Amino acid sequence: MASLAVNKDNFEAEVLKSEVPVLVDFWASWCGPCRMLGPIVEEISEERSDIKVFKVDVDANQDLAAKYGVMSIPFVALFKGGEVAKSSVGAVPKSELLALLD
Amino acid sequence: MYDVLIIGAGTAGLTAAIYTMRAGKTACVIESNMYGGQIVNSPAVENYPGFASISGYDYANQLYEQAKGCGADYVTDNITSVYRGASSFTAIGASGKYEGRTLILATGAKRRKMGVAGEDAFSGKGVSYCATCDGMFFREKDVAVLGGGNTAFDDALFLSNYCNSVTILHRRDGFRGEAAKLASLKERENVRFITDVTVDEITGDAKVSAIHYTDKKTGEKKELSVDGVFVAIGQEPDTAFLADVVELDASGYIVAGEDCETNVEGIYAAGDCRTKKIRQLTTAAADGTVAALAAVTYID
Repeated sequence: MASLAVNKDNFEAEVLKSEVPVLVDFWASWCGPCRMLGPIVEEISEERSDIKVFKVDVDANQDLAAKYGVMSIPFVALFKGGEVAKSSVGAVPKSELLALLD
Repeated sequence: MYDVLIIGAGTAGLTAAIYTMRAGKTACVIESNMYGGQIVNSPAVENYPGFASISGYDYANQLYEQAKGCGADYVTDNITSVYRGASSFTAIGASGKYEGRTLILATGAKRRKMGVAGEDAFSGKGVSYCATCDGMFFREKDVAVLGGGNTAFDDALFLSNYCNSVTILHRRDGFRGEAAKLASLKERENVRFITDVTVDEITGDAKVSAIHYTDKKTGEKKELSVDGVFVAIGQEPDTAFLADVVELDASGYIVAGEDCETNVEGIYAAGDCRTKKIRQLTTAAADGTVAALAAVTYID
């Protein structure tokens, strides 16, 4: 599958200016719960064609994490019209991530 | 109907599943969150026999795959009540009903909450229960660590490497934590202590900006400006929904000895949720083994 990674250079174009809602997973490679959640985020990416799904590595993108007030990961945010509409913290079951999209 | 219904997919629950399946019985593991339990938060596990060093994530994944490979069923559901039938037990979850001839409770433990105003509202917005997970977001910031035991000391030591300042707030004058850890904390210039206080409230706007506390000696109310609050006041078992099912001790742990037998025949307690002295991966695995083999013997 295509890489879901976004960074500070394409975040505006891919996420903030997206016409469809965007689910963004803020994560880090050293974070166990993030790695538990990763495959679920990827599953959602494959299943839902009505939204876009991206991942932000917070180590490489500390400014983006700070800008969106990320203080605990995994942090999954649903962006609508350039703003965070809903968010979830922690390795939650898939049903809770899907609930962000309702 | 399963032979053994297992609630909780940490080390104890998944080990119980492996032993149950290998004994030729059927098992279903029900977990409300992700499998693996608390160890998933550990960057490196270095005290599990046979593994010099393995990440909590890799360990949890291998254990999960092993249990699945043995043929155990796995369900994600939040069990809210358990009923005892004539010769079986029924666990009721948010999305289903599960029946077993025996029941292994392996619900684990989690960080205890303070129970103060603002704690839940700012969870993930400055209030944290895992310093190693969230510490990096508080680089060059001012944080408070609540607690006086080894967990609080470990958190404070870790955070003092990154943070501008770390203030340990504790409700007593003395500390329960190891003297050696306390000594190394006292050597750090950015660590300070405020003792004999009651924490009243955590406040802020979009994120935490202050913690409010009362000096127990003088009754004076004070405020400390912080960006983060790390709660490290010990653990509590995840057993509230079992209060009417099995005997719990005053702290909520399921009363059972090394044989894992609860006061109800056919129900076993395994891992951190059981009354015990040592809570480690190895003891959780041991409990999972003992509980599963006891359940198998009970069925036979």
